[in-house]
Amino acid sequence: MERTLTVPGRYNRLEQICEFVAAVATEAGLDETAINRCQLAVDEACTNIIEHGYGGEDKGAIDIACTPGQGEVMIKIHDHAPPFNPASVPQPNLDAMLDDVKIGGLGVYFMRQVMDVVKFSYENGGNTLTLIKRKEK
Amino acid sequence: MDIATQDYDKVSVMAVAGRVDSATAPELETELKKLVEAEKTQIVLDLKEVEYMSSAGLRAMVSTLKAVKRVNGDLRLANPSPRVEEVLRLAGLTSIFSIHPSRDEAVKSF
Repeated sequence: MERTLTVPGRYNRLEQICEFVAAVATEAGLDETAINRCQLAVDEACTNIIEHGYGGEDKGAIDIACTPGQGEVMIKIHDHAPPFNPASVPQPNLDAMLDDVKIGGLGVYFMRQVMDVVKFSYENGGNTLTLIKRKEK
Repeated sequence: MDIATQDYDKVSVMAVAGRVDSATAPELETELKKLVEAEKTQIVLDLKEVEYMSSAGLRAMVSTLKAVKRVNGDLRLANPSPRVEEVLRLAGLTSIFSIHPSRDEAVKSF
């Protein structure tokens, strides 16, 4: 059964969002590492929405819907920000020397590294990010 | 997030506890900046009690590392949990930071 949470776009709501996602991922039978990865992906996604989508805190809400399935969890994150094009985010250079290390752009990269499905779409006047994490074998 | 700083001979140890995310990372960066401004540029960041870190925490650590390296200092990490270590590895930062299994070893490494 789908669980939903709507919060104002504020950084101090990230912990609540992470706890919500962890509870559903636990219910889906994911192990601790997979649950941690879900939390990281969702945190990075919501941080990007607040920072880049809305351009700051308290500019709009974030809707999160989690569905526990058989050994997987599906997380949908919806915002009301202008369309986001993931192709516009440059790939981080992980072999950079210190002077060239840039931490911006890591959020989308992290999501793709730790989740099984990462899909961006624009629907109902906002962006929907669909994340799926499957039980690790 | 809680931060406690202790000065040893030539090294400052900052112990961080709790969550380091976009809500709390600015405070971590501010506290680290205060050390650098006080010319305490040999810093150990003890991550033993950090239960969670996102890229926002990494940003605070990397900007401090850049600042202290410019004046021949260093920011060394101690005790990262497997969870924090994974985030460092995902970001390709395990070769950028000097990482030590304990606070003592990190302090002695200076």
